[in-house]
Amino acid sequence: MHMADTLISPAVGGIMWAASVGAIAYSIKKTGDDLEQKKIPIMGVMGAFVFAAQMINFSIPMTGSSGHIGGGMLLSILLGPYAGFLTMASILAIQALFFADGGLLAFGCNVFNMGFYTCFVAYQLIYRRIIHRGFSAGRIFTASMLTAVIGLQLGSFSVVLQTLFSGKTELPFAAFTLMMQPIHLAIGIVEGLITSAVVVFIWKARPEIVERSAQGEPIGNVSVKRVVAALAAAVVITGGMLSWFASSYPDGLEWSVFNTNGNSEIESSGEVHTTMSDIQSKTAFLPDYGFKVPEEEAQQGAEGGGERWPSVNAGTSVSGLVGGVMTLALAALSGLAIALIKRGKKAGAA
Amino acid sequence: MTNITNSLYTIRFFDMAARKGTFIHRIHPVAKLLAAITYILVASSFGKYDIIPLLPLVFYPVVLLAVGDIPVMPVAKRMLLAGPFIAGMGILNPLFDHGVFYVGGVSIGAGWIACMSLIIKGALTVMSALLLIAITGMDKTAQALRMLKVPRAFVLQLLLTYRYISVLMEETARVLTAYNLRASARKGSGKGVKKNAWGSLAGQLLLRTLGRAERVHGAMLMRGFNGEYNTGELAPMNIKDIAYLAIWVLFFAAVRIYNIPALIGLLITGVL
Repeated sequence: MHMADTLISPAVGGIMWAASVGAIAYSIKKTGDDLEQKKIPIMGVMGAFVFAAQMINFSIPMTGSSGHIGGGMLLSILLGPYAGFLTMASILAIQALFFADGGLLAFGCNVFNMGFYTCFVAYQLIYRRIIHRGFSAGRIFTASMLTAVIGLQLGSFSVVLQTLFSGKTELPFAAFTLMMQPIHLAIGIVEGLITSAVVVFIWKARPEIVERSAQGEPIGNVSVKRVVAALAAAVVITGGMLSWFASSYPDGLEWSVFNTNGNSEIESSGEVHTTMSDIQSKTAFLPDYGFKVPEEEAQQGAEGGGERWPSVNAGTSVSGLVGGVMTLALAALSGLAIALIKRGKKAGAA
Repeated sequence: MTNITNSLYTIRFFDMAARKGTFIHRIHPVAKLLAAITYILVASSFGKYDIIPLLPLVFYPVVLLAVGDIPVMPVAKRMLLAGPFIAGMGILNPLFDHGVFYVGGVSIGAGWIACMSLIIKGALTVMSALLLIAITGMDKTAQALRMLKVPRAFVLQLLLTYRYISVLMEETARVLTAYNLRASARKGSGKGVKKNAWGSLAGQLLLRTLGRAERVHGAMLMRGFNGEYNTGELAPMNIKDIAYLAIWVLFFAAVRIYNIPALIGLLITGVL
């Protein structure tokens, strides 16, 4: 479920960053001094545990396949929602940096999709309420199962929305949702089963670990409303700024425009933002593969090309292709040259 | 199992790569971090049918690989492992996007163009994140985050998680080896942990982990831990670092505004 940089636009990435940074800041505030003194080493080691535990394959009975845990649920059950959320965020950061699971721009999306929904929404609204009536193996099972399934459903739906708003791919909303939700229902059930098995084991062996963290904060004190309000404010502010910025590029809106009337050209050329007109006109002349060419040639190319697409025509696209090949060749050559020069220097030094 | 071994290898590979002392390794981590972020923003701001204009962005990873003396294959392998999701999303485009582009008289499905663009952008952004860590290392990246005012508690947490990943992965690998040798799900297959051991295997590991966490915390307190993970102060950026950042940012901006390959192409086809 890791979102990749390539699937999202800077505007969507930025908004999700803002939301996630807001949630991280709130969690740091909520965990307070406790965090720095006592909890940080435990969080660090627990984060590493989840990282390692994600690599254990649990074989799923009667299917011949195996599943693994995501870990967000387990962390919030054992560390509490705030410390759990922070730990999840750092796991995702390490995955993005070392393992290319999810990108840096998509980091905000991933923290939100995999951390926020489990730790803040599903844990608070479901797990807490069920466990509030006291611990039993049955309640732990029900609570873990429901929390994992609902957390993952929200997360995967969020992936669908982020992808669609970014407009980097042509998947229709309905088809994408129909693809994502059932897959994540299955994943959620597996996650719920494994999480509950682990939590029940811990509860039987060391009940105080599970119970203490559940009592960490009484339900009355958890202000989900305040988190949501702060996040909403952050999203509106950055969203407003970023979408204004993004709209100066024709391709930022290409998706929505294309989907509303099936032709991106009319709208994008008509949508000249007065304040950004300089940049706009420049980018509008150089979109996609196109390139500024003499008017006649461009028209000929367009007429000969049948169905019209933004600024693409035979004349310009051939030079684009040639240029593209040249660019790649230059890049490869410069890499080789640097390596050779360095090797020469080393040999000289030796 | 191979998963864990591979991951351990990956982490060690990046640790080793970050310890080299090339020109690029000596650049200030804040400059490297900001350049990488700008790069990703620029790469992902291209439209879904853009291929040619974003090709000059290839220069950035090529230069980092070459100057930073980073072995290409391990990074490329890691990149390929991240590929299936992006490729999966990309390959669905031709199914839903029925537009047609005409390139030099040849018609190409718009969906295929979008798919190609997605994969290229994916490769570039993934590569840049991996290279950032390969030329900077985790400790210095964390220092850079502190300089950029990321809360201390979060950075500390990140560093400790990173520190303990290798320890716990080794432990997990040992537990799994023991399990597979004695109680594999299917004869000799070692294909996963049986349902009756789900809770106890991961649970035992977790209990041991918590015990370890307490010992670690105790040891840290004994050595005067007061909430700060001391990594030493970073010197402020000097002219070389600022130049590094400025050159890359200007280059990325130029790539975003001008269609450089088309300019080169027009030059060549015009001359010929």
